[in-house]
Amino acid sequence: MGYLLRRVLHGVVVLVAVSILSFLLLHLAPGDFFAEMRLSPQIAPGTVDALRAQYGLDQSLPVQYGLWLRSVSKGEFGYSFAYNQPVSALLWPRVRNTLLLNTVALVIAWLLAVALGTWAAARPGKWEDRLCAVASSALLVIPDLMLALALLMLAVRTRWFPAGGMVAIDFTDLSACSKVKDLGAHLFLPATVIVLGTFPLLYRHVRSSVSESLALPFVQAARGYGIRRNQLLFRQALPAAANPLVSLLGLSFGTLLSASLLVEVVLGWPGLGPMLLESILARDVYVVIAVVLLSAALVIFGSLFADILLYWSDPRIRTDAR
Amino acid sequence: MTRVQKIAVPLAALIAVHLLVVFAGFVGPYDAATQFREHPYAPPSRIRFRDESGHFHTRPFVYAWKNNGDFAEYMEDTGRIMPIRFFVHGEEYTMAHILQSSVHLFGVEEPAHIFLLGSDGYGRDQFSRLLFGGQISLFSGLLAAALALSLGLLCGSAGGYLGGLLDALLMRTSEVFLVLPWLYLLFAVRAFLPLRMSPAGTFLLLIAIIGAVGWTRPARLVRGIVLSTKERNYVLAARGFGATEWYLLRRHVLPQTRGVLLTQAAILIPQFILAEVTLSFLGLGVAEPVPSWGNMLSALQQYNVLSSYWWMIIPGLALIPIFLSYYLLARSLEQPV
Repeated sequence: MGYLLRRVLHGVVVLVAVSILSFLLLHLAPGDFFAEMRLSPQIAPGTVDALRAQYGLDQSLPVQYGLWLRSVSKGEFGYSFAYNQPVSALLWPRVRNTLLLNTVALVIAWLLAVALGTWAAARPGKWEDRLCAVASSALLVIPDLMLALALLMLAVRTRWFPAGGMVAIDFTDLSACSKVKDLGAHLFLPATVIVLGTFPLLYRHVRSSVSESLALPFVQAARGYGIRRNQLLFRQALPAAANPLVSLLGLSFGTLLSASLLVEVVLGWPGLGPMLLESILARDVYVVIAVVLLSAALVIFGSLFADILLYWSDPRIRTDAR
Repeated sequence: MTRVQKIAVPLAALIAVHLLVVFAGFVGPYDAATQFREHPYAPPSRIRFRDESGHFHTRPFVYAWKNNGDFAEYMEDTGRIMPIRFFVHGEEYTMAHILQSSVHLFGVEEPAHIFLLGSDGYGRDQFSRLLFGGQISLFSGLLAAALALSLGLLCGSAGGYLGGLLDALLMRTSEVFLVLPWLYLLFAVRAFLPLRMSPAGTFLLLIAIIGAVGWTRPARLVRGIVLSTKERNYVLAARGFGATEWYLLRRHVLPQTRGVLLTQAAILIPQFILAEVTLSFLGLGVAEPVPSWGNMLSALQQYNVLSSYWWMIIPGLALIPIFLSYYLLARSLEQPV
């Protein structure tokens, strides 16, 4: 328990450091959201100053950070200049969309990787194994951006899938059943890109740890007793190979908010990615800070989650850590 | 293949690509900014040996593209054979800021143009732009990796060798960097710098950002090696013989990090090339009219380009063989000798 507490505390310290760093970086930058307004002859300079004062931009940096902390404690995460509302109100629908996309994609990628990795590990050197190795290498060298663009091009040309967006224009009028269908159709393209992008790494880890555990004496012994192959693989070898995979699972849990950034931007999925980019271009600083902090928090929480999972799944670690 | 061959083949391919890119002015028939306004989105020229009447020509030729005024459709003007000539005089260019010349490797005479990979929306030759864009995209990755590796070597060896407060400070800093998703970090750092800058300024800025963001992993790897090496018996023995700290570090500890640094270079360079391409694709990097593979790809954000002009995706396709070479290189470097 003490260990857990220490880890949480450490995570909080890192988060505070990240927030101070991003605060400093963003506020030391030349210009702010209202800089463009100054150029407009239709807006009086006094108005711009009044606006800056209203948002507290005329205060010193420590005071601004204090104001921001107070707003975080209220659960607002600062105020968006562009949308003129608390950042949290903007954030949650976007977080929901991003989580939906990434959860679906990562679950599929993991299922595929575990199934194919175990399957290939049981047939070392056979053509199936080689095919998987070549495919995963090929996917590894094709950048995500390229995959997204190529699939988008395919979708636009063939019209098999809707290209871009999350729902059809008439989504609100659809029945519940066709709503799900529509969402699924829109989900297909971005999810495929993320699955193809994350699969090779996961696959390699599964393949190598399962093939290592297949060589362990107790698995060999079980094989000697004539235990059927599927049972040998999934009851004996896979659990023994679980430890590195559990850590990896924690890491991919940490990427749930960030893995899809580029894919969202390219394919127009209304998640955190497009919002981050938009707010960077508009210098809507509090939105940027909120998105960065949120994803950093998830990464920290993800590795903590992995440790807890390991602690729960492997009794050997329990005695070590205590 | 032996290990040396496995390293040499992808390395040779990469060197060839970089040479092509460095001599972009000579290899490409046009300048990156030259616009042929009457030929927007012209498809790749078809190189022919056999003309309409079936005659065979030993010298390859192209037909000029003509359109019926609405730019929607291009047809080959089969009336005139435009032979491809080599070492022709064309636009002036300077290579590597020193060599001035106007000789191009190949070209065709006016009024025809040769667009090996088609032309973009302003009628600029994609092939020439791909080569010039490679100067930005490939070299920003290379230089950013050099920066990240030197920062990593400096911080990692200083932390690992000296230990104490400096080490703790460096490692805590690297943790802050490591919890942030790589692209987010890149964006956040890019966000606080001015958005509009001169191309050369942006190029250096991108290298600085990418390098500064990417130092953590090499630093941690180097630190690990330095920590384990400095306790080795031969190092302790050398210390016993009166070797100075600097000598120990230079002669016995740092050479051990060479393998890791090389492997990291092969892993980081493609990652950093992709970082530049991504930033420029999103409008946060090198801006028009200077080509980079990223801002060339950003034409694909328009629907009509996606649906009609497939050749605009070529800068993205060009990344794949380059990444493959780096991947093969990294894999053979990782293998024990």
